[in-house]
Amino acid sequence: MLIFLLRRAGVTVLTIVCLTFIVFYVTNLHPQLEKLARIEGTQRMSDEQVQIWIENRGYNRPVIIRYAEWLGLVPGWTRTDDKGILRGRCVDVDLAPEDTPSRCGILQGDFGYSTVSREDVGAILGRRLASTGILMFWVMLVMVPSALAVGILAGMREGSKTDRSLSTFAIVTTATPEYISGVVLVIIFASSAVGLRWFKGSAATAIDGITFENFTLPVMTMALYGMGYIARMSRASMAEVMTSQYIRTARLKGVSFAQIVIRHALRNALIAPFTVILLQFPWLLTGVVIVETLFNYKGFGWTLVQAAGNNDIELLMTCSMVAVAVVLLTQLISDIGYVYLNPRIRLS
Amino acid sequence: MEPLSWTQIFGQMLYQFIPVWVAIALVFAFSIRFKRKLGLYGKLFDSVIGMIGFGIVIFWILTALFAPGISLGGLTLVPSIATFDPLAQIAALKNKVPGTFAPNSEIVYLLGGDNLGRDVFSRMVHGSRLVIGIAPVATAFAFMVGITLGLPAGYFGGRFDTVLSFLSNLVLAFPVILLFYLLVTPEIQAAGSEVNLWLGKKWITSIPNILAAVLFAFPIIFFLLLWNSKFFTQPTKRNILVAISLVFGLWAYSGLAFNADPVSVFGMSPNLLNVFVSVVFVNSPTVFRIVRGLTLDIQTRDYVAAAQTRGEGSWYIMLWEILPNARGPLIVDFCLRIGYTTILLGTLGFFGLGVSPESPDWGSTINDGRKLLSIFPHPALPPALSLMSLVLGLNLLADGLREESLRD
Repeated sequence: MLIFLLRRAGVTVLTIVCLTFIVFYVTNLHPQLEKLARIEGTQRMSDEQVQIWIENRGYNRPVIIRYAEWLGLVPGWTRTDDKGILRGRCVDVDLAPEDTPSRCGILQGDFGYSTVSREDVGAILGRRLASTGILMFWVMLVMVPSALAVGILAGMREGSKTDRSLSTFAIVTTATPEYISGVVLVIIFASSAVGLRWFKGSAATAIDGITFENFTLPVMTMALYGMGYIARMSRASMAEVMTSQYIRTARLKGVSFAQIVIRHALRNALIAPFTVILLQFPWLLTGVVIVETLFNYKGFGWTLVQAAGNNDIELLMTCSMVAVAVVLLTQLISDIGYVYLNPRIRLS
Repeated sequence: MEPLSWTQIFGQMLYQFIPVWVAIALVFAFSIRFKRKLGLYGKLFDSVIGMIGFGIVIFWILTALFAPGISLGGLTLVPSIATFDPLAQIAALKNKVPGTFAPNSEIVYLLGGDNLGRDVFSRMVHGSRLVIGIAPVATAFAFMVGITLGLPAGYFGGRFDTVLSFLSNLVLAFPVILLFYLLVTPEIQAAGSEVNLWLGKKWITSIPNILAAVLFAFPIIFFLLLWNSKFFTQPTKRNILVAISLVFGLWAYSGLAFNADPVSVFGMSPNLLNVFVSVVFVNSPTVFRIVRGLTLDIQTRDYVAAAQTRGEGSWYIMLWEILPNARGPLIVDFCLRIGYTTILLGTLGFFGLGVSPESPDWGSTINDGRKLLSIFPHPALPPALSLMSLVLGLNLLADGLREESLRD
């Protein structure tokens, strides 16, 4: 088990390093840097000025060295400008030159500086991840119980009318990506032209305080898409359990149907969906990006889109690192959980 | 003039779709009549779910086909479904509700006008052309890549498998949206040095272009391996097939991957190429994993052992013994994956990374419409429902196919 974990951890770290390097390489291609220079400086900069801007900020050195700087493996660049002031990657205006650390990368816990928000990436991302955490909490709270309920209700009497209608519902939700269910829900519940006007079509105010009015639609939108899949899984698992021998024995004993479902079937039917729920996390990540963009909720997904659109390199790097780590960690946990739940699988 | 009532609007829309209804009726009548002779396709008509799914999918395929109408030498064979040019703007009909007439004219927008005064109905109909044109082809390319790499990875195993599995997990761990942003932004299309090709054509060594050059080579490799392994003992037949695949493949390849087709038949605009490449790139690793898993499973069967004892080559066993026996799950996954690709294309459009800003594809139209969603809901709703129905149809079709292929 220990060797398995160590090997998996090694592969995970290697994957994160490879992927962040790819992101770093692509965001640091020359045209991307020119775009950054024009966003940061002025649109009317001449090509020479853009070159000088890029050189002054240390962007013109080999990409591999700068990646190592970002990691914190090699000392950051320094330069003394015409006024004799020390500039560099790790130089902070408030800090005396003697106190300036030589290395500042993610290994030192420094995630860099966002060129658009002019703020530390760590601080921005802490806030944004907390917002997304709240969203995810509510999504999970709505999605998991209702998906399991739908699945179990459909699976306990396979082929019945309830099963047919609930299965159709589950198929429809899996065929509806967030950007469609979101648009439809906004039109039904929030549009001033035709809709019911129960909720708000934007969750921008939810950052300051969550209300039923501004948070229902984003949570519903995200929960709907993930729900269908979990519901179909738990339906299949429930239907399988309901045909097993011990359920038949219980029936022959004369146990009531409700008792059979609650006492005997439920527990065995819920094992399979739980690994599926864990594997939903990577899916939810894409959903978070779409929903936060659609409802203008300033969380992690919104930050990712903004950072990618503005080529805010260090913010984007940390965002992609977080996203990749989430995907890989859930894969690892679900693998371990699967082995733990299913003793027939041996680790070798 | 009085705006049209909803009954009139729906009546008019049903009327516009007449060519599609006629064609669907013909397809269904023919298929049900001969369903016993049509193999797996015919069996689809034994399941209600499969028929509904197939109906929805064929509806959109025919809509895409007939959208601008078909005419031959001035003679209209099929009248166009779209009532207007999807790009034409009439300022007076900006954001107008469905069924509004333009002042002092007979011009009416069935589903209203969008924020630039374009016809929502015609844009929806024309949008199907882009989706139906890109999604199945991109999925087919992803399957070629996945099959050509997945079969040997599963069959030979070893270091080749380890490296490819690591690479595919690498792509799968990438957040899809970030990947799209990185591949589709115009700055990245311009990054690279220019290479001079033949006939004065130029090619930029940007990341999407290199990816295209790599990914688009797989179909050629696939067909070469296919013919070579099957007809190895009949050199004449093999040489003819290989020559045909090579000539046609390299011709298409020069046009699609390098945009330098000598006779300009094949070609893609740089934006379309980017969208296409990113969708293929995202889908291939999953197909690779599925094919690899199926190969590992089928490899242990007796008929594979029999072929090995006969002394068949590895590629013959992979392509002509293992692959045909893996077709059931692969066909089902192909349908599901077209649906997923449709969702991905919509996502690209939704983030404004679509084919072009003006393009009527459903994702971009939803993106245009969502900005004024709570005041003018009508421009975003038709493309949203269209995309949903197409994906739903593909899912139902896959369910029907799975049901029918499990039955025997």
